Amino acid sequence: MSAKVMEPDDVRRALTRIAHEILERDKGVDDVVLVGIADRGDELAHRLAREIQRIEGPEVPVGVLDITFYRDDIGLRAEAPEVHETRIAFDVSGKVVVLVDDVLFTGRTIRSAMDALMDFGRPRKIQLAVLVDRGHRELPIRADYVGKNVPTSRADDVRVLIEEVDGEDAVVVEGAR
Amino acid sequence: MKEHLLSMHDLTAEDVTRVLDTAESFREVGSRVIKKVPALRGRTVVNFFLENSTRTRISFELAAKRLSADVINFTASGSSVAKGESLKDTALTLQAMGADAIVIRHSSSGSPLQLTRWVDAHVLNAGDGTHEHPTQGLLDLYTMREKLGRLEGLRVAIVGDVLHSRVARSLSFGLVKMGAEVTLAGPPTLIPPDAPGWGVQVSYDLDEVVPKLDVCYVLRVQKERQRLEFFPSVREYARLFGLSRERASMLPEGSLVMHPGPMNRGVEIASDVADLPQSVIEEQVTNGIAIRMALLYLMLGGGNQEVA
Repeated sequence: MSAKVMEPDDVRRALTRIAHEILERDKGVDDVVLVGIADRGDELAHRLAREIQRIEGPEVPVGVLDITFYRDDIGLRAEAPEVHETRIAFDVSGKVVVLVDDVLFTGRTIRSAMDALMDFGRPRKIQLAVLVDRGHRELPIRADYVGKNVPTSRADDVRVLIEEVDGEDAVVVEGAR
Repeated sequence: MKEHLLSMHDLTAEDVTRVLDTAESFREVGSRVIKKVPALRGRTVVNFFLENSTRTRISFELAAKRLSADVINFTASGSSVAKGESLKDTALTLQAMGADAIVIRHSSSGSPLQLTRWVDAHVLNAGDGTHEHPTQGLLDLYTMREKLGRLEGLRVAIVGDVLHSRVARSLSFGLVKMGAEVTLAGPPTLIPPDAPGWGVQVSYDLDEVVPKLDVCYVLRVQKERQRLEFFPSVREYARLFGLSRERASMLPEGSLVMHPGPMNRGVEIASDVADLPQSVIEEQVTNGIAIRMALLYLMLGGGNQEVA
């Protein structure tokens, strides 16, 4: 059983709203940088950057972070997790870093991402933007900007589809129910 | 990934590509201010070097440390090996101490394979006799792919003492596997008689080979392995098979000069050729750390074989 919980327009509106919220909360984007978590978060981070530029004009630096080496389950799986690219071509020290990911679930990915980010410098503040919050946290982590809260069962599979990668924008819940 | 890395033959072309792609990410880690990631926290890597080595040992040590593994360095002198303890007993001792991976260099071909029969740890061959040196082969493949953008169809000459060179064997097997065209060039006494069976060309005339190359890979003249005289004199060798300034100028535009180190400047490679911009000998060393990080990560990061 699968259900589409966000259509292309919903994704677009959510990202536009988050862009506004970032501008409002951080009072402009002078010190703001976006860091997307591979491999869907980086596309979302680029979209957010384009939205922010469309709304207020300034260009926000975007980086991509691969958290594989910081995972807490290395060695617990049969195969070593596949690694992706990390590219942060700016100094994060003193900046407000908005981490961008597709789905917030247990919070373990975000924990890894914060550890990884600290190895690049000392951000003034780290915020979290996600397209979907599906609950079931295992760590004391919450998002600052949420596209949509989607109640799920633990066994459900939540997939975010991105036009650049998957050909369309959508959020799909594949239920075990 | 395979449990052990003893030979280039342990890897398929897809495995090689995976190792090189993973190394790409570790190159990026090496360019950070903090060049360390926690991927292998709590694992123990033993560097078991029974033959002299600078770059391979240091490279493996750095690779393991940058992955946050615990590293134990172990050489023949200053250990019980010097008191006559056998390889087997030494290996069992390392096993009992809970080593997750053993990186071994040994003067006897096949000793890493022997080691796998005694221990549960992952074994990585860091050079065994005149057999193989697969991590060197992989870092060379990485360097060529990075600089020239591909491996398939590359024209590579491996020049010099192929007979005693484990580097030449690993690199040849790897290049052939990835679809490159390999020519072994050197005096007939230093080209192994079975070389045509590797899928490579053989030439005894370096001047004929050099103008058609993408990569000129110069091997070290291994004085320590030459029990017999394989060529009349070092001067004659340098004249016929050394990469001189004149020969290097015959290389096509954009081609690379490589050497596994340590170099005998003035013998197999002229000193000013080693310092030319197209010589990527130092990059080879830097890439070696990333390749070894990738291998340790892929082999140790995959969990217990029995559980899987």
